[in-house]
Amino acid sequence: MHLMYFTEQPMSAYDASEGLKYGATALTFSNKHFDPVAGSRLYNEYLEQYVYAEEVGVDGIMLNEHHNAPFCMQAKANIFASVLAGATKRVKIVMLGNPLPLAENPIRLAEELAMIDMISKGRLVSGFVRGGGQEQLATGVNPAYNRERFEEAHDLIVKTWTVPGPFRWEGTHYQHRVVNPWALPLQKPYPRVWIPGVISKETIIWAAKQRYPYIALNTSIPQTKQIWKLYDETAAAVGYKSGPENRGYLARIHVAETEEKAIQNAKQFMWMQGEFTGLAHPVWANPSGYFSPSGRRSFVEFAVGRAKNPRGNPTFEEQRAEGMIMCGTPEQVLPRIRHLLEETRPGIMAVWGNDGNVSHRDSMTCIRLLAQEVFPQVREWAKELSLNSPFEAEAPVSIAYSKDLEQSTIAAE
Amino acid sequence: MTAWAERAIEIAGTKVHMTRGGKGPPVLVLHRDIGTPATSAFHEELAKSADVIVPHHPGWGRSPRADWMRSVRDLTVMHRGLLAELNIQEAVLVGLGFGGWIAAEMATMAPVDVAKLVLVGPMGVKPPQGDIFDQAIVSYIDYARAGFHDQKAFDKIYDAEPSTDQLEAWDIAREMCFRIAWKPYMYSQTLPHLLRNVKVPTLLVWGDKDRIVPQSAADRYLAALPNAKLEVIRDCGHCVDLEQPGRLAELVTPFIAR
Repeated sequence: MHLMYFTEQPMSAYDASEGLKYGATALTFSNKHFDPVAGSRLYNEYLEQYVYAEEVGVDGIMLNEHHNAPFCMQAKANIFASVLAGATKRVKIVMLGNPLPLAENPIRLAEELAMIDMISKGRLVSGFVRGGGQEQLATGVNPAYNRERFEEAHDLIVKTWTVPGPFRWEGTHYQHRVVNPWALPLQKPYPRVWIPGVISKETIIWAAKQRYPYIALNTSIPQTKQIWKLYDETAAAVGYKSGPENRGYLARIHVAETEEKAIQNAKQFMWMQGEFTGLAHPVWANPSGYFSPSGRRSFVEFAVGRAKNPRGNPTFEEQRAEGMIMCGTPEQVLPRIRHLLEETRPGIMAVWGNDGNVSHRDSMTCIRLLAQEVFPQVREWAKELSLNSPFEAEAPVSIAYSKDLEQSTIAAE
Repeated sequence: MTAWAERAIEIAGTKVHMTRGGKGPPVLVLHRDIGTPATSAFHEELAKSADVIVPHHPGWGRSPRADWMRSVRDLTVMHRGLLAELNIQEAVLVGLGFGGWIAAEMATMAPVDVAKLVLVGPMGVKPPQGDIFDQAIVSYIDYARAGFHDQKAFDKIYDAEPSTDQLEAWDIAREMCFRIAWKPYMYSQTLPHLLRNVKVPTLLVWGDKDRIVPQSAADRYLAALPNAKLEVIRDCGHCVDLEQPGRLAELVTPFIAR
């Protein structure tokens, strides 16, 4: 079991009433409400929390990025990954991930990631994402070619990492005269790639075909089971048997010394979901062409307010009852986690511990309790249930490096 | 009422759907970014004295998408292919909004086979003041409504609560706009230069309450086109043909006949 810590790095230091007044806290919500003095303080607090997480024993730090929104201060995940490469010694730096379609030059991304891998002495996990819909709008990237760009940029980066240069790349979305960066990853054949997602089928199938672990981002247990069913079927079709080493899960878990305190802080998970701070327009999250055509009809109804969000919009109490938010003392959350492990069998778990206005002090307490009073038991259970991480299972980095594929599949290729 | 015929013609591998009706000189009507109603009052008025051809742009309405298309010029060449397939030697081009951009591009490619050019609130050039309204950050209904000064005219055509089929069609249309006109959004940086070759008589029409394409864009067209004049329609939004079809036809019909 690989256990890591995650926070969205919320930019909570602004007047939430401004967001409510404006009616949105994303994309066009003015950055005049951004306070760089508070921003500087928060960045340093988050860094302190990461370093502390390593100190108290987590296996990894999960990073991500978003644009034009207070819910996440990381505008470039590679920057925090670079800082952590130097500031930490042991933890995996797990990027979930770099939004590939936003890259106009994936070679630069390959270079940056190779540098991070070398500086961290081989601790990089280089996850890739499509980027949310509004990220495309915030960065001026065409949402209609999002998936094509994602796949092509991925292929180009992997080639850059594994095939000696110079070579030329004449693709659909990327053309490069000379691919030959003098920075290559330390890990061979290349750093592990994990693919996070919410539930988009195309991404699950793509990840399974690549044999990349898929990280389900706080989906419900029934949804998560659906994801693994599709993943497992795809894996079988391409000739390997998937297991816990292919499965990751991001859980929202806030622990505190008392239940009361934990509940109070866990309510801050609703901060990002807009309960206190306003919401984004549906067409920002799903610009035309970004969404799977199979979801078009239900989405357009949602976008004009005729239907509920297809992803649902449950209350704090509902999310707590369903285990989408876990909170309490360590003893109180453990049975919930046990249930999740038994039901969905992940080999990778990310714990999203703190959000919104949870204080630095309470965040540090949460990290300590997670690492010292929750994770040791989770590790025991993982052993009992044979929930091995990709590292423990020594899983191949990708399908191309698999030696255990079904013969028939290899013959067919 | 005109008897409208429907057919699909294969152009560059894509079945382009078109509606055709009326008698007279051929008039190609190029529709907006939000698509076109099957027929409209404006089409009816034109068809009284012209052979009116209304194709659905590939990727809009009943014409399937050509996945390979990457620019408005690709779309333009498709419509030139359509005219060739129909064996039309010379046509009047009427471009509505986004269709105006296509009509202008068509004219730059072969200025001699365009009989007359009518551009109604055309996109295609960067307005000297203001920007072309960005549909990416508003809902489908809000964008379509922004094309109307008189909201009752919108209700009459699309219904006060447009159907889910219509919403889907708008989402598909929007996706096509992104696929071929994402950046720069809804204009070409080279078109104003190429327009200087277009000596064909041109009628520019603008609604004075156009919120989609700032009227300043008309100045850019007038400066580039040596033989153009501008008519401004009062109390009218961007979708002139849908909001004031009679008034538009009163301007266009004599201009074509002249």
